Amino acid sequence: MSELRIRKRPKYLDLFSIMFSLPLPGVLSIFHRVSGVGLFLVLAPLLWLFQASVTSPESFECFVRVAAHPVTKLLFAGLIWAFLHHFCAGIRFLFIDLDVGVDLAAARRSAAIVFGVSLTLTALICWRVLL
Amino acid sequence: MINRIVVGAHYGLKDWIIQRATAVVMAFYSIFIVAVFLALGPADFEVWRSIFANGPVKFFTFLFALSLFYHAWIGVRDLWMDYIKPVSVRLTLHVLTILALTGYTAWIAAILWRL
Ligand code: HEM
Repeated sequence: MSELRIRKRPKYLDLFSIMFSLPLPGVLSIFHRVSGVGLFLVLAPLLWLFQASVTSPESFECFVRVAAHPVTKLLFAGLIWAFLHHFCAGIRFLFIDLDVGVDLAAARRSAAIVFGVSLTLTALICWRVLL
Repeated sequence: MINRIVVGAHYGLKDWIIQRATAVVMAFYSIFIVAVFLALGPADFEVWRSIFANGPVKFFTFLFALSLFYHAWIGVRDLWMDYIKPVSVRLTLHVLTILALTGYTAWIAAILWRL
């Protein structure tokens, strides 16, 4: 068992003061985590809705009624954003894992692209599907 | 100062790879299923149901769900490991997460294979 001495660095983990001064890739990253957890938490309701939508004409009616409710639409809007952010940011992480776009300028640029693409798609899908 | 002990076992590497592999599966399926929706246009019940009753689509939907649940297991487990310090609480949450995801796996299989 060998020991690896890592260079001295300040250990500063005050979450609340870090949170409000994060650079864009940091914001992207924390939203990636938040969106992943959000998606996990709604898996059961989503499975229920999917089941209702495919099982029978009657359950489909029920699905349509639930899906048409304004509160559901609001939740859907949040979920669509969560999925698209997680999706786009996830693909960005996969490229970074492959050593593509690791340097600071490229990472900042790709973070901005992720926000641009995911927010635009969210707006587009909400407009076309929910309204 | 951080002294990191380096040991030979590659703890977590397998999970790290699986989380990425499942992410790739989900990304491809998402694009595929959205393309199907766009190609078919607004769907009534029969059309909607027939998408998922189709053999290959059913198969890939199930693969997507398996990937999702495995991916979510690794992601959520990492989350408990990061934020939940008391071992008893953490292990309880691990078990509950596994139980939920195992249940979802059976549930999605039941939904799809009743179609
Ligand atoms: C196309 C779909 C998806 C892609 C491309 C994707 C990609 C990724 C990647 C690359 C990671 C690792 C991030 C890291 O370690 O820094 C990750 C983490 C995670 N994913 Fe996904 N994911 C997808 C869908 C989902 C879905 C549907 C869920 C819902 C349950 C989910 C839940 C999570 C969670 C909880 C984490 C852990 C977050 C963290 O550790 O910060 N993912 N995802």
